[in-house]
Amino acid sequence: MITLKLNGREVRAQEGQTILEVAREHGVRIPTLCYLEGLSPRGSCRLCLVEVRNWGGKLVPACATQVEEGMDVVTHNERINRIRRLVLEMLFVERNHICAFCVSSGHCELQDLAVELGMDHVTLPYRYPGLAMDLSHEDYGIDHNRCVLCGRCVRACSEVEGAFTWGFQGRGIQIQVAPDLGGPWGDSETCTSCGKCVQACPTGALFEKGVGTAAQTKRPEVILEVTERRPRV
Amino acid sequence: MQKVKIPVTRIEGHGLITIKLDDDGKVAEARFHVTEVRGFERFCRGRSFWEMPGITARICGICPVSHLLCSAKAGDAILAVKVPDAAHKLRRLMNLGQIVQSHALSFFHLSSPDLLMGWDADPAVRNVFGLMEKYPSLARDGIELRAYGQRVIELLGGRRIHPAWAVPGGVERPLDEERRNQIKRDLPKAKRIVQDAISLFQENLPRWEEELETFGNFPSLFMSLVAADGTWEHYAGRIRFVDSERKVVADGLDPAKYYEYIAEAVEPWSFLKFPYFKEYGYPEGIYRVGPLARLNTCDRMGTPLADEALEHFRSLSGGKAATSSFLYHYARLIEILASLERIEAFMEDPELLSPRVRAQAGVNELEGVGVHEAPRGTLFHHYKVDENGLVKWLNLIVSTGHNNLAMNKTVQQIAAHYLEGKNLTEGLLNRLEGGIRAYDPCLSCSVHAAGRMPLTVKLCAADGSLLDEVKRP
Repeated sequence: MITLKLNGREVRAQEGQTILEVAREHGVRIPTLCYLEGLSPRGSCRLCLVEVRNWGGKLVPACATQVEEGMDVVTHNERINRIRRLVLEMLFVERNHICAFCVSSGHCELQDLAVELGMDHVTLPYRYPGLAMDLSHEDYGIDHNRCVLCGRCVRACSEVEGAFTWGFQGRGIQIQVAPDLGGPWGDSETCTSCGKCVQACPTGALFEKGVGTAAQTKRPEVILEVTERRPRV
Repeated sequence: MQKVKIPVTRIEGHGLITIKLDDDGKVAEARFHVTEVRGFERFCRGRSFWEMPGITARICGICPVSHLLCSAKAGDAILAVKVPDAAHKLRRLMNLGQIVQSHALSFFHLSSPDLLMGWDADPAVRNVFGLMEKYPSLARDGIELRAYGQRVIELLGGRRIHPAWAVPGGVERPLDEERRNQIKRDLPKAKRIVQDAISLFQENLPRWEEELETFGNFPSLFMSLVAADGTWEHYAGRIRFVDSERKVVADGLDPAKYYEYIAEAVEPWSFLKFPYFKEYGYPEGIYRVGPLARLNTCDRMGTPLADEALEHFRSLSGGKAATSSFLYHYARLIEILASLERIEAFMEDPELLSPRVRAQAGVNELEGVGVHEAPRGTLFHHYKVDENGLVKWLNLIVSTGHNNLAMNKTVQQIAAHYLEGKNLTEGLLNRLEGGIRAYDPCLSCSVHAAGRMPLTVKLCAADGSLLDEVKRP
């Protein structure tokens, strides 16, 4: 057992647990986006950043940092809140997130985060990239305008389905998720059309074809359910 | 030559009127400019046709339902499957609710202050608040009637504004008995309100002789959808044109082939295009749409009380077409009554509660046109998509746009009649605004543009120099 401080309170944890897991066990909510139970943590969205006081106030991603003996973790303070909000703003301005007619409006993790973090406007300029939609798959579509590059689709596809269809292409601001060696999705030879990527996607970037505004509901928890139901060898 | 510019309020959008005078100080020309631009026809390219109802509904906050239904119909054409009858009926029901709420807004909230308090009343009281002071029961009635229309929309679509409920192939969810009964419950009151308003309008008609003569009273064509048997229609049917004699000029036209009989001219001084009837050329092919046109084109309303009112309406012009745009107000009230009677008839239809309200299909046609009657007139959504359903091209012809030529002519007529000297008098401004308001134009929709609706009026001399200018915030 490990003993650490969480927001000034002494808590006990198992070795190998992440800060996020321990916080959840103790009823402390840390916002997440790229993290999804059932998938390996990636720590790429930076929304779950927490401060470790006795590491000189270093910010670490709670989803990908294991607890250590004597750690002094703060999950919320003015600095962290400000940084999380800034990170969220950057996610919003990077692409074209227009809730008004989005299929996922009302069922969107990005939208929920904006509400949670009180982001009612952005202070950064929008980039308005001209990104395409791909509707070539028979059942599903992808709108890169709404993608936050969390990579949950990529991990669900490789770690759970084992199809390895989704990956990243490009570098830096040009990066995009892409099926096989680049679209169109409908031409993919590896895609099994299982739809796990759609369920794992936190926004309206991946959706079922034919759904209208606000009609796309998802069950991201299906990823954990599927992995837990697997027979252990 | 001299020129006046006037801003218009209590309409939806932004506008500008310029009046040019000749060397004798008489009105040489008056124009109604639409000064907004939005670009839906550009940025919708590359989007999925499935989401077009949701996107185009955002063109307007007054008539999102009109765009929603029209876009869904264009989507139906792309799916090329049979949409369940119940879905068509539910969409009709929503459109009827939309006509009620939009017309009630136009008549009671926006126009009745002018009509009842007079054009020369103090602008501080010549509005819906002044109306509440002087005619509290009428103001309350108007609010209630609009709320009823809004409630019909909400009970069907889940929300009053921007319900994303109609989709290509049908509607998202069926109607249950409880919500149907709620629609039914408040119907009698709504009917009573509009019947009172019709009586009030009829009683006051003699007071408005001058307005009837000068607020856009000119011969033109009238266009709308009519049912196969010539009855008033708002959702399906075919296009009919009649002239001012109410003689049918063209009938049974396929609404999906609108481009065969409607062309659009562009003028450098307005962002709003000028549609005209092709056969007659530009600008001779001027036509009007909306309530006035629908009452002129149809043979009958198809419901007893509305038909009675139509008879009185027709008697005003001796059975010919009503050519004064002032009568848009009257036509609106009759259409509210017709809509309520039709809602009433629907209440007894068991199919309205059918759970089968959506046909599922993929892209079966690469082109689709949706046409229906929005409160302000015939609305066209025309999409071309690729094999996967991404929109490659689109054209929207919005109700207010059809009336562009007529609105310009109305402004000209009012300016010529009421302008005295080189100054913009309050009386002239009010009448210019009122003339525009008779069309209940939605400039946001017409240019698919956002914003408030201040109108600026400029009066210019023959040499182009500005004589007077009024801006209304």
